[in-house]
Amino acid sequence: MSTVSYKNKDAYSSSSGLPDKMAVFQECLQQFNATPVKTKKCRQLLAKLLRLIYHGEEFPPSESTTLFFSISKLFQHKDSSLRQLVYLTIKELSSSSDDILMVTSSIMKDIQEGDVVYKPNAIRTLAKVLDATTVFSAERLFKNAIVDKNPIVSTAALISSYNMLPNAKEVVKRFTNETLETIQSYKQFPKDQFQLHEYYGSSTSNLPATSYMYQYHALGLLYHLKNHDKMALMKLITTLSEGSSLKNSLSIIQLIRYINKILIDDESLITHLYPILSGLLKHKSDMVELEACKTLINLQHLIKDDQFMSIVTTLQKLLGVPRTATRFAAIRLINKISAKHPEKIIVVNIELEGLINDSNRSISTLAITTLLKTMGAGTIDSGAGGENVDRLISKMTSLMDEITEDFKIVIIEAIENLALKFPSKHKKLVAFLTDLLRDDGSLQLKTSIVDALFDLIKFLPEASAKQLILMNLCEFIEDCEFTELSVRILHLLGDEGPNTSNPSYYIRHIYNRLVLENSIVRSSAVISLAKFAAVCGGDVSKNIKILLSRCLNDVDDEVRDRTALSLKFINSDHKKLIVSGSKYDLAALESKLTHYLNETDFASSFDINEVPLLSSEELKSIEYNKKINKLESSNADASESNDNVKGSKTEDDRSGSDNLANDLLKQQEYAQELSQVPEFADYGKLSKSTLTPKYLTDKENEVVVTVVKHFFIESQKLVLQYDVTNTLPRSLIQDFSVIAVPDNELYEEDFIIPLAELKPEQTGTVYISFSTPSIEDEDLLAAFGNTINFINREIIDDEGNVDEADEGYTEEFGIEDLEVLPGDFLAPLYNSNFSAAYDQLPHHESSVVTISGVNSLENAVSSLRSSLNLLPLDGSDYVPSDTNSHVLKLFGKDVWGGKVGVLIRLALTGGKVVAKLEVRAETDNFSTAVANGAY
Amino acid sequence: MGQAFSFANIFGKLWGISKEIRILILGLDGAGKTTVLYRLQLGEVVTTKPTIGFNVETLKYKNLTLNIWDLGGQTSIRPYWRCYYSNTAAVIFVVDSTDKDRIDIATKELHLMLKEEELQNAALLVFANKQDQPGAMTAAEVSQALSLTDLKDRSWSIVASSAIRGEGLTEGLDWLMDVIKDEQL
Repeated sequence: MSTVSYKNKDAYSSSSGLPDKMAVFQECLQQFNATPVKTKKCRQLLAKLLRLIYHGEEFPPSESTTLFFSISKLFQHKDSSLRQLVYLTIKELSSSSDDILMVTSSIMKDIQEGDVVYKPNAIRTLAKVLDATTVFSAERLFKNAIVDKNPIVSTAALISSYNMLPNAKEVVKRFTNETLETIQSYKQFPKDQFQLHEYYGSSTSNLPATSYMYQYHALGLLYHLKNHDKMALMKLITTLSEGSSLKNSLSIIQLIRYINKILIDDESLITHLYPILSGLLKHKSDMVELEACKTLINLQHLIKDDQFMSIVTTLQKLLGVPRTATRFAAIRLINKISAKHPEKIIVVNIELEGLINDSNRSISTLAITTLLKTMGAGTIDSGAGGENVDRLISKMTSLMDEITEDFKIVIIEAIENLALKFPSKHKKLVAFLTDLLRDDGSLQLKTSIVDALFDLIKFLPEASAKQLILMNLCEFIEDCEFTELSVRILHLLGDEGPNTSNPSYYIRHIYNRLVLENSIVRSSAVISLAKFAAVCGGDVSKNIKILLSRCLNDVDDEVRDRTALSLKFINSDHKKLIVSGSKYDLAALESKLTHYLNETDFASSFDINEVPLLSSEELKSIEYNKKINKLESSNADASESNDNVKGSKTEDDRSGSDNLANDLLKQQEYAQELSQVPEFADYGKLSKSTLTPKYLTDKENEVVVTVVKHFFIESQKLVLQYDVTNTLPRSLIQDFSVIAVPDNELYEEDFIIPLAELKPEQTGTVYISFSTPSIEDEDLLAAFGNTINFINREIIDDEGNVDEADEGYTEEFGIEDLEVLPGDFLAPLYNSNFSAAYDQLPHHESSVVTISGVNSLENAVSSLRSSLNLLPLDGSDYVPSDTNSHVLKLFGKDVWGGKVGVLIRLALTGGKVVAKLEVRAETDNFSTAVANGAY
Repeated sequence: MGQAFSFANIFGKLWGISKEIRILILGLDGAGKTTVLYRLQLGEVVTTKPTIGFNVETLKYKNLTLNIWDLGGQTSIRPYWRCYYSNTAAVIFVVDSTDKDRIDIATKELHLMLKEEELQNAALLVFANKQDQPGAMTAAEVSQALSLTDLKDRSWSIVASSAIRGEGLTEGLDWLMDVIKDEQL
């Protein structure tokens, strides 16, 4: 049905105007086979046929083949317009016709000596007609066409070569020199190119002599031919960026993207490539400038501050251009910078303020959200900045009346973000939000405000902030027209209210709902009150029982049921049934249930104990991370996901270590896999696995090895899981084993499960089991030296068989070491009050280390974060760029269940980062291990 | 104008001026079909590559418009010959007279083709080609090998030729034109 409605909307496809398929088919056969050919009639018929095909009609192979042969007869006529249509049609039929070979010679003849009008069509069609066996005969033709003086012919040949890559890579590779020649050459449109058509006749004088588009296509082809050879690619980039050999803006943009790809693979090349990129920050095309800025922003961890300023200068300039699209792109990039480094773009504040009143809503939204961030950055330490926030908020308040709701929602999100990052500013921002809540608005708007306030309650450390928001929410439900919001707020009041200093305030508000509202709200108010009774106890409990007993006579079933149940629980003192401190991990529960349902016999009942329970603290960690990720990713470009699909390091890190919910799932998967191995059956519960496999070889190596560590704390076992991939296309790997030698005597190897055989492009697993020291032992950490050993046998036929007589040869070589780090025993955990939690931990230890391999505080923070696998709190992962010292607060729990807090003072001196770690832990001995092993 | 057109048509039919005559050049691969075609059209020898598909050229010959199709002779292409049989006035079958090994295959392909319904009225001209080469069979030998005498109800002729030297081609074509004029116009 959807297709029907879709068709109706398409202006070009009124079905009444579409010719009948079979009638066209019959007429085609009749006309195309006739002699002599009636050109005009045939052209009309081909046009009808193409319209049918473009409209989505398909011909079955037999009809399609018949059509193809009859169309091939039109080659006898030399009319160039007819020939063009013939090519278009053959191109379309090439996929459905059984045979297309018969036109090969005719097309090749056209390319050699045909009219320039249909030559490009001929080239494009030839690429469709050729197959792996006939492509050789066209090699010369393509080479000539690529270097043709006519840019249109050249472009057609380049694009066609590109399309032939999957089938005939070897042949296309031989076009490299011609393509290089083309990219450097100057090709002009022939003078009479447009005069052939009357339509263009009078305006030919205004047309450009060339578009240089062939450079873009040639570059694309060259990249595909060379993309496995980094050196060749570097050489190509260097040559093309010299002087101004590339004239076409699109081709320069493409070049920038290739540079970006190379840098993602190998960051050390930045020294060679930065000058090229920075040169392109000043270009006559704003597209090029924007692309250069975008790329450099993504690589900002590699460049110096003064270099970064040149990006900002370019963007600043672009903010002032008349073209809306350019302004939008520029402010979007600035907004992106502001997510991480608001202080770097304070210089453009004046431009941004000007843009608040931009006629384009998208631009003004971005201007405001960006300003909110830069303001926050300016006020982090200095008191004077507070005025700026005030000024901005008053400016926004006046603006809020004029703008649409979608726009308001964006601003609400930005304000929430600001309040989360800078808790000290919460009062103003919460006031702004609650003011907005009182105004009129749709459900969507109110929901987003309530969402924001909920998050603030969860994550703001001060109790006063919590109270302020809760009170405002109470006020809101007094006069709230949206049932679903009232229900959510009542639920929250039930969770948070009992722990505040004045629960009775909230009870009064909740009771009012119980009297005045509809049945849905009433029933949630009942549950909310029950929570107060359960948590507060004493007089509160007694009073609530009286209040609730009145509800037993409610007109609504649900309200009565809930009341009766709650009273029963309160009276029998089943506190747990009303308020629970933990929840099941829903993702794990879902996967377990799916797994259970897939087992055909249901002999054993589902064991809920297999699903991990999450305490409310852990739940908060997950939510906090999700929140931060969402805020950050909403600022990141959606479009960039196209360029760096797998590339971007930050993306990887984020999904690798931050997303706790996914991590839990991954852990479940590992546990599942290991439980299939009989040798590990009595190892008990898997305590922890490293989640991102570590590469022990280059990713391009002939044998790629990654490793994952699995810890079984109860049984004191460590299982190393080596995943091995055979990338050699013609080799069979046999008897693969890994020799892992620990430098810590307390680790003893139990056994190894080697890999018998590995076919090309396959991945297999080697397990090695170690007995580990316990937490009481002195040295918990270790490093493993790894050596791999295997027999390499050559494959001699296509079935993958090896020559039995040839015994192959044994290879043995060392790969990278593997370390057991403190982070392996830790998991991030959220706590809204770091100092209090930290001070309570009994065992402490401190150490001073120099962090090697990093040159900025920001990099040091991210490196410490990932090596310790802890959660940064109080926004301490954010490092202002204009400082030489920083305090990082990390929190988490260890695999023995104890909490761990680490306070790290970082200082940047002489290009080196020195860190003083103060570790506090609940588990004895472990603080020492962390302090000594952190770096 | 419509009238003038129909006049031209009537006269054209009478004298066979405007009607295009469709001729196929067939034969095994490497027999010299493409060379024959361009020798007839351009009067010169062109360098050729194996034809993947076909070449089609129009040429005026003695007031007649000939529409000549040279179809590739490779094994993979031969099955598609039949797609081009309809409305054919004559078939020129080119034989490599030096290729004694494959003359049997040529014979088989020839007779298979002539059995086709669409070619029942087509005249047959055989060129015993490559007479310039040493060891070439004579026209009579080729005729015998192809068992041309078995053909009933068909106008046929065999001419010794050398496309490279341009010998025999016009004689053959002259004969063909006479037959076509007699039989079909």
